[in-house]
Amino acid sequence: MTPARHTNRLWLAANAFSATLRRDLVVTRRELPQFLVQALIQPMFFLLIFCKILPSIGLAAGNFAALLLPGIVGLTELMAAIQGITLPLVLDLGFAREIDDRLLAPMPVWLVAAEKVLFGALRGMVAGAVIFPAAWWVLGSSYAVRGDRIGVLIGMIVLAGFAGAGIGLVIGTVVKPEQISLMFAVILTPLLFTGCTYYPWRALSTIRWFQVITLFNPLTYVAEGLRYAMVPPMHGHTMPTLPMPWVLIALAATLALCFGFGARTFRSRVVS
Amino acid sequence: MPNDPAAIEVRDLVKRYAKANVNAVDGVTFSVRPGEIFGLLGPNGAGKTTTIGVLITSVLPTSGSAAIMGLDVARDPIAIKQRIAVVPQQSNLDRSLRVREILTFHAAYHGVPHREREQRADALLDELGLGDRKNDRVARYSGGMSQRLMIARALMHSPDVLFLDEPTNNLDPQSRLFLWDRIRALNAQGLTILLTTHDMSEADQLCGRIAIMDKGRILVNDTSAELKKLIPGGNAVELRVSLPAPDAGPRVLEVLRGLPGVTKADELDAGAPPEPDEEIGVVAYRLYAEHGPALVGPATQAVLMAGAQMRDLHVKQPSLEDVFIYLTGRHLR
Repeated sequence: MTPARHTNRLWLAANAFSATLRRDLVVTRRELPQFLVQALIQPMFFLLIFCKILPSIGLAAGNFAALLLPGIVGLTELMAAIQGITLPLVLDLGFAREIDDRLLAPMPVWLVAAEKVLFGALRGMVAGAVIFPAAWWVLGSSYAVRGDRIGVLIGMIVLAGFAGAGIGLVIGTVVKPEQISLMFAVILTPLLFTGCTYYPWRALSTIRWFQVITLFNPLTYVAEGLRYAMVPPMHGHTMPTLPMPWVLIALAATLALCFGFGARTFRSRVVS
Repeated sequence: MPNDPAAIEVRDLVKRYAKANVNAVDGVTFSVRPGEIFGLLGPNGAGKTTTIGVLITSVLPTSGSAAIMGLDVARDPIAIKQRIAVVPQQSNLDRSLRVREILTFHAAYHGVPHREREQRADALLDELGLGDRKNDRVARYSGGMSQRLMIARALMHSPDVLFLDEPTNNLDPQSRLFLWDRIRALNAQGLTILLTTHDMSEADQLCGRIAIMDKGRILVNDTSAELKKLIPGGNAVELRVSLPAPDAGPRVLEVLRGLPGVTKADELDAGAPPEPDEEIGVVAYRLYAEHGPALVGPATQAVLMAGAQMRDLHVKQPSLEDVFIYLTGRHLR
């Protein structure tokens, strides 16, 4: 049994990487309805309650929708990217070991982690993107997104996906199966509420300590970057956000640190 | 690189895990020729899994070296992964995929061209008796079917070396016999196989050579027949004799004990009631010797000379399990 074999390690690794990605896409395509329902239910209710119901009964300003929508897009995208990696990874590394098949494929171990991140990022991007038509449908006339920063918007969606996937890789390699419910409480809940999803960062200037805390949450930068790209000028004023260079630096650093650390913990979990 | 490298070459391999105070693998050396079925046996915790972990690139050696088909495991893991396949003890099948996709995706990871992997998947599913269940979900598969599917998966990328970890553990006798046949057939096609098992009869049936490990070291490494010679006086000859007189038993025993080469002679079940179909005056003896078969002639003669009649005589080989227990002891791990 001496079959003809590719000897180029680079080709082998690139091929294994793309086949692994294809596998993830095939599985996701099959579960697309579940995935979309999972991604959309929560943001739709948020938009319905905060942008339709509360303004109608006079408990929120009518233009709150324009501020909240970028936050909701960012939150949904980040959560979809994180969850796309974290849960499968926790179970796989814990006991299912289904990932062994790919760990034994001819590619370096870090590339298996990189594929997870790329896939998680794509998942996040899709979840973030489908909010737009859904929001347009729920919000009707209060749907307001500026169209002249579409390039920035696309860039932010891409960057947010990768940042979320990087966070997902870290959580997925650090958390043990028996800690899953703890993870939701201890990691995801603070991430959810300190990330400037429901309030713009500048508005926090009167509560300085909280404003500082939000700067440690990557979601803050996602939400603020999306606000910069999405919120239309009101009464001739552009809405002030965190400066874009900060946003870009913070998200690039999140991705770099998370991938660097996550790929190392991933390796230590699969190679002893 | 030599012209015909060993399929597996392990030299002075040591592995000490972080925070451990003993070596899990403590200076292991062995080699497996291409086309051999090599058995790695040992009690739990002996270091088998770690040794195999090094060979399949999931454990980094602390010192020493390991090579597969002449390629260093630590230095060239990508090329190693291309040449090996692993069938683990517990299912790690990709449950998100359908049965046939498990095979085709596995081959895709390994760069097998599209048409080839489709054909090979169908052929292997048929060969392993899964042809009519190829679109199932794995969740519907029994233990035996999962095991066969994992073997099919392992063969999808035509490996040179196959690692089988307890392949027939928990399987029904039919599946077990089927897998043994498949394993022999694969080996006949030239596949090198490293088998770990606690099933001594499996090792005895399948393996050309067997290494027994304990406490991180290889204690012995030889063919099953040679290993059985390790037990001192390991060959026993059992004979049943019909006595000329009811009280002639001890006299016959003395004669047998005096035969050259006999290290020990016992009357069996002395004092036990006779079996229902046993004739009165028939006694069984067991003679221990370094070389049992050499006793057949002298023992027969001695029995006749003593005026008794030989009813049955057979040479009793020690089992592999006897060897295993002799080398590794009876205490629980």
